[in-house]
Amino acid sequence: MTETSRISTIEEHPILEYIRRDRLPHIFCSACGIGTVLQSFATALRSLNYDMDNMVIISGIGCTGRASGYFAADSYHTTHGRAIAFATGVKVANPKLKPVVISGDGDLFAIGGNHFIHAARRNVDMLVLCVNNFNYGMTGGQMGPTTPVSAITVTSPDGNIEHPFNLVSVAAASGAVFVARWTALHARRLTKSIEKALQKKGFTFIEVVSPCPTLYDRYNRHGTGLEVMKKYREISVIRNFSDPMQAEIDYRTRIVCGEFVDSEKPEFSDLLEEHGKKLQKGD
Amino acid sequence: MLTRQERVPILPEEESEMKWRIVVNEDWCKGCGFCYTFCPREVLEKSDKFNTKGYYPPVATNIDRCVGCKLCEAICPDFAIHVEENAKSKKGEK
Ligand SMILES: Cc1ncc(C[n+]2csc(CCOP(=O)(O)OP(=O)(O)O)c2C)c(N)n1
Ligand code: SF4
Ligand code: SF4
Ligand code: SF4
Ligand SMILES: [Mg+2]
Repeated sequence: MTETSRISTIEEHPILEYIRRDRLPHIFCSACGIGTVLQSFATALRSLNYDMDNMVIISGIGCTGRASGYFAADSYHTTHGRAIAFATGVKVANPKLKPVVISGDGDLFAIGGNHFIHAARRNVDMLVLCVNNFNYGMTGGQMGPTTPVSAITVTSPDGNIEHPFNLVSVAAASGAVFVARWTALHARRLTKSIEKALQKKGFTFIEVVSPCPTLYDRYNRHGTGLEVMKKYREISVIRNFSDPMQAEIDYRTRIVCGEFVDSEKPEFSDLLEEHGKKLQKGD
Repeated sequence: MLTRQERVPILPEEESEMKWRIVVNEDWCKGCGFCYTFCPREVLEKSDKFNTKGYYPPVATNIDRCVGCKLCEAICPDFAIHVEENAKSKKGEK
């Protein structure tokens, strides 16, 4: 991080020391939840006083994929779906680094789905922050692997017939050591979960259910982003350490939020190093 | 073309005993309404003046009710609002 980016006067927003200020205001639509997620992430970095020389922020492609470009950190905007593959490479090449992947539901679970499950299975140390807006925002609002049954998108104009992934269940079943879900409304709880996840070593995953008022929420007549956030307030329930298989997201009834998994197991880059040493010694 | 403006604290305008100070960067605000809708203390309201982009930023009409919970700051998608402790209220500090 450059010296100048650390200078802040009292009236300046405290998180701006982690942000590339010359890139603001950002491109996200009014009331889009992606901005709130970036805000929470920066707030977590600040409260941990995180040494940014040890972090790499990585995104795939999509509206959320723009995230990596806004942080005053080493960052990489990968090709579509490959953020986790890139993050795995970063971790193996230099195990001192903490890769953080911030990307969308489509990027991480459609084209990038296999990278996700295998990085979780191997327990590669990284934080994956997924902004789940139930569609491909950047390309105009197509259905994807998290689009709920019967939801309207440009590619499901008569209602989606496919069953969606439950992301926290996929993450837990694949072996992630920390799994949480919040909505953009839960900004402060989200910040706390990010802080926890950043202090863990292993594959950590946080899903953030987020408004896309320009596309998904408009096609589904959910109203403005503000109305979507009010709906989240009405229907979300917090069930920490409940079964992620049962943690449904149903816009008509309820969204189950909370921290579902917080466990420990040996991490991939540590195992790799140990293994390498063993082979060198010849035992 | 927008330029980044210096942030100006909206209140208090004069010497005040207020513990918290709310700082809004009006020209970054995209008028989503999250801050003034979800503030648990009804400190904020929608301004009646629009910014350079045509959005209505928040104003603090009830600053003495603010408890410094910083929900407005946490929830703002555009880094347009934050809350500072008033230097004057920090007893024993400069
Ligand atoms: C290889 C490849 N295939 C398809 C695309 C088109 N594409 C760009 S973004 C995107 C999906 C983004 O959806 P998501 O990850 O949910 O991000 P959002 O925009 O919703 O935040 C797709 C399919 C691409 N850029 N590259
Ligand atoms: S299209 Fe949707 S996801 Fe993309 S910036 Fe706009 S509101 Fe956000
Ligand atoms: S800090 Fe809390 S009480 Fe004060 S204006 Fe913000 S949301 Fe309202
Ligand atoms: S939350 Fe931020 S962008 Fe939304 S109205 Fe308040 S200051 Fe403006
Ligand atoms: Mg998406």
